[in-house]
Amino acid sequence: MMMALLRRLGQTVFVLFGISALVFLVFFATPGADPTARIAGRNASPQTMEKVRQEYGFDRPLPVQYATMMKKLFITQDLASYVDRGELVVPEIARAAPVTVSLVCGAALIWVVLSIAMGTIAAALKGTWIDRGLMMLGLIGISMPVFWLGQVANLITQSRYHDTWLFSWVPGLGYVPLTENPWGWFKALVIPWIVLAVMFIGIYSRVLRADLVALSGEDFMRTARAKGLSPTRILLRHGLRTSMVTFVSLFGLDFAQLVGGGALLTEVVFGLPGVGRLTYQALTNLDLPLIMATVMYSAVFVVLANAVVDILYLFLDPRVRDAR
Amino acid sequence: MPAEIAPPMTAPLLDVRDLCVSFPSRGRMIPIVEHVSFTLGERDILGLVGESGSGKSVTAMALMGLIDSPGVQITGSALFRGQELVGMPQKQLRRLRGREIAMIFQDPMTAFTPVYTIGWQIDEQIRAHERLSRKQARARTVELLAEMGVPDPARTADRYPHQLSGGLRQRAMIAMALSCNPSLLIADEPTTALDVTVQAQILDLIRSLRSTYGSSVLLITHDMGVVAETCDTTLVLYSGRVAETGPTEVLFAHPGHPYTAALLASIPPLDGPRPHRLPAIAGAPPAPLERPAGCAFAPRCTYVHDTCLPAPPPPLVPTGYDPLAAPQDDATAQVSAAAPSTQPVQFAACVLPAEGTPLPPRLTYSELSAGDEADATGFPPSSFAAGEPH
Amino acid sequence: MTAEAPPPPGPWRQAMRGLARNRAAMAALAVLVLITLSCVLAPLYARDIAGTDPFTSNVAGSITLDGHEVDIMQPNDNPLHLGLSPIGPTGHAAYLLGADSQGRDVAARMLYGGRNSLLISSCAAVLCLILAAATGIAAGFFGGLVDAVLSRLMDIMWAVPVYLFAISLSIVTVSQGLKLGPFVVEADSLLIPIVIIALVYVPYAARPIRGRVLALRQAEFVTAARCLGVPRWRIVLFDILPNVTTTLVVLGPLLMALSLLAESALSFLSIGVQAPAASWGTIIQDGEGLIYTRPMVAIAPGLAIVLVVLALNILGDGLRDALDVRDAARRSS
Repeated sequence: MMMALLRRLGQTVFVLFGISALVFLVFFATPGADPTARIAGRNASPQTMEKVRQEYGFDRPLPVQYATMMKKLFITQDLASYVDRGELVVPEIARAAPVTVSLVCGAALIWVVLSIAMGTIAAALKGTWIDRGLMMLGLIGISMPVFWLGQVANLITQSRYHDTWLFSWVPGLGYVPLTENPWGWFKALVIPWIVLAVMFIGIYSRVLRADLVALSGEDFMRTARAKGLSPTRILLRHGLRTSMVTFVSLFGLDFAQLVGGGALLTEVVFGLPGVGRLTYQALTNLDLPLIMATVMYSAVFVVLANAVVDILYLFLDPRVRDAR
Repeated sequence: MPAEIAPPMTAPLLDVRDLCVSFPSRGRMIPIVEHVSFTLGERDILGLVGESGSGKSVTAMALMGLIDSPGVQITGSALFRGQELVGMPQKQLRRLRGREIAMIFQDPMTAFTPVYTIGWQIDEQIRAHERLSRKQARARTVELLAEMGVPDPARTADRYPHQLSGGLRQRAMIAMALSCNPSLLIADEPTTALDVTVQAQILDLIRSLRSTYGSSVLLITHDMGVVAETCDTTLVLYSGRVAETGPTEVLFAHPGHPYTAALLASIPPLDGPRPHRLPAIAGAPPAPLERPAGCAFAPRCTYVHDTCLPAPPPPLVPTGYDPLAAPQDDATAQVSAAAPSTQPVQFAACVLPAEGTPLPPRLTYSELSAGDEADATGFPPSSFAAGEPH
Repeated sequence: MTAEAPPPPGPWRQAMRGLARNRAAMAALAVLVLITLSCVLAPLYARDIAGTDPFTSNVAGSITLDGHEVDIMQPNDNPLHLGLSPIGPTGHAAYLLGADSQGRDVAARMLYGGRNSLLISSCAAVLCLILAAATGIAAGFFGGLVDAVLSRLMDIMWAVPVYLFAISLSIVTVSQGLKLGPFVVEADSLLIPIVIIALVYVPYAARPIRGRVLALRQAEFVTAARCLGVPRWRIVLFDILPNVTTTLVVLGPLLMALSLLAESALSFLSIGVQAPAASWGTIIQDGEGLIYTRPMVAIAPGLAIVLVVLALNILGDGLRDALDVRDAARRSS
């Protein structure tokens, strides 16, 4: 067990290093243009260019540049945006993170509950029209671009049907901090939560159903039936519990990616000032330091979350516990 | 644990008559099991032998009501203590499963749910059928594991399936099957996935169950050796039909069906000159849809002739007699033209005996008993000596 | 078995027969063919049916509907009639779905945009499959150090959220294009989104391929080939690759569905297809500002995406069932 944890830790450190190197290379070693110009922004003065070159050490070899960059990102945290008049990047991300976390946690709750319900019901009623209907719904959910679905949701709740009793409670676009007004926070986020959850409900319910159906052919499911257990107990305690192993590993990955900025499109459409929207704004201003910082932040988060999932895995699946 | 009191001999524990199972495929019904009949008495061990695909597992699954593929057709009758199993509602079946009829499976590797401990899974079965607290159930579990010869049962109960060896897992499986003291145990190839040394231990365990637990066993296997060692009665299935049935020594000593004879011939002899090459049965069993109209074994049979080929398949005819057995109300027994003073106990679905050219006996009884503990099974030496009516 | 019985159909033909029996998959295929055809015929539609030019701004123009001359930019419905909105769906051949904020015909732009969307997503899917097959086969077949390096690399790429990765790659290429020695890729070239999308989905496709190859490497026919002294490249080419193709075929439509969604997202963020060219994503972006007044501008291309992605997913499911590939990726995010 201890060895397993240590090895996992080593892997995590390695992947973290790999990601930082990858991101660094993408931003500063792509063949084509001078990274100085990219960081300084459009129409920068020669003085700014020179200052940037000095600050990031672009006249020195690549490993030194990499080290400088990492120092500015994680140690001194003084990476500043040139486009945005010297705004420090790291605190900006820290301010945006709670919004993203709020959005993703709510959506995750919705998608986990609904997809388990849908997947289990569909598997229990395999071959019936309920099964086919639920799976078709899931497939449609997977097929919708999230930013488009968000726009349609806005059209319905903010404009077309906003005056009816159904949607009159929906506040205008934007975010209300939880600490300021919990109820307002909830109201502002319900529609984004649902929109963000739709695709994942589709994916997870389909994966879960496929898993449960595959499991129903397993020997241990036959044993459970031969024991004289009720179908519900067989499906939930034996089937669903075994499927949870796959489910959790999938969930960890997606959750981490979303918190790390994967919810960008939803944040943009609903005007939520989270990490994703920050990236989007940086994108429109071509604010390279900010983008690089958000990408790095998200990657670090994803890697750490994956490590947590793997440790969770140890508790969920006794086979993994011994294999490592 | 006290064994149940056996009812009078006239009502067998399990009476299967004309069991047919067909699965739908591409708009037609494929008969997998056709007109299988047998009876299983209290504390009997019946061996169901056949190649893979002969329908032996399907028969067992049908008895347990575990076949739930859409459109499957199960006809005939299977009386378990007078209760009809065929067509019994699932709710009622569920009460029988695990408590009255238990099953153990071929591969103990995959037969336990991987994410729970062995003990949890045995507790679960006990608590599904009896009102016991967790603690009481666990106490029974540990006791059962100990009786099955599991070392350190209390700790083993807390282990996960993958942490145990195949033999231990199969012992745990049997402990689980016996946890509610069932009167019938169906064992589907219980030793196939195990090492040879462990096989023998598990077979010993199964044989001892009838004295310690009073259980009858329906043992499904493809291994004639396992049958010879374990079973009182043998039923040979070929391509979904009964080829031959009878008391094990009678059938082994004097097979009435060419298929049985061929199967036995392919077992290496224990003593005597070593054959240069063991005879094998040429060809493969027919697919269910390509079954011949007449005898299913005809295409591979060395004795095949014109009367074997037309439909219907040859009926079971008596080939062996047991002078000491009580009279039976068996339909085939009355049909039989040759029933001198004794009642038939062995039947084969072959035209040869009726044509007056039965197969020659394979072994004399003395040869058989020399290599086997035949006395334990309770059949007197004369049981087949007189079994030559023609 | 009689001697004159025809030889049983090969596995591919059998799979295709199974697919042909799958009504949902066939309907999906029909929808895909229909949409592709209409997008290919976009110039015909714009010139001969709608009679509009979808690429030039037409804010001052007017069209004739039922004999009336109608302005393309119309005063708003508010009491003071302040501001202008583009014309809504007309129900006529010209401006069937209305105009966008620059007075261009949305229906015609959708057909042209569809060409780009479909072209990018299909090319990205094919490129991604090629890269993933190379990576997966190399990692799975050679194992050891090659496998370790490639698998870690995939892990690293996998850890960056797909859209952020694509954005990072886009932002460094979109502003100035890409110069690789003598090759210069213009910033507005379709090649850029194709390559970016293909790259970010390589880990997604390479994993199931690697798993399949790992299983195949243990297969007896591969062991047999090795024992016979068949050179490695021949084993890869003639024993491994043919057995991986089913996985590739099943992954194809699913990857194209993912690529289409990614393309529309990148274009929506204005780092995919660059103006004046259109794709379904850019048209949705055009419609963002008009969503409350002229929702059709954004809804119509969105529906087109939903339809195509849905059809691709159904087709992928059908292929998976027909080819009986269970280990191919089950998820599509």
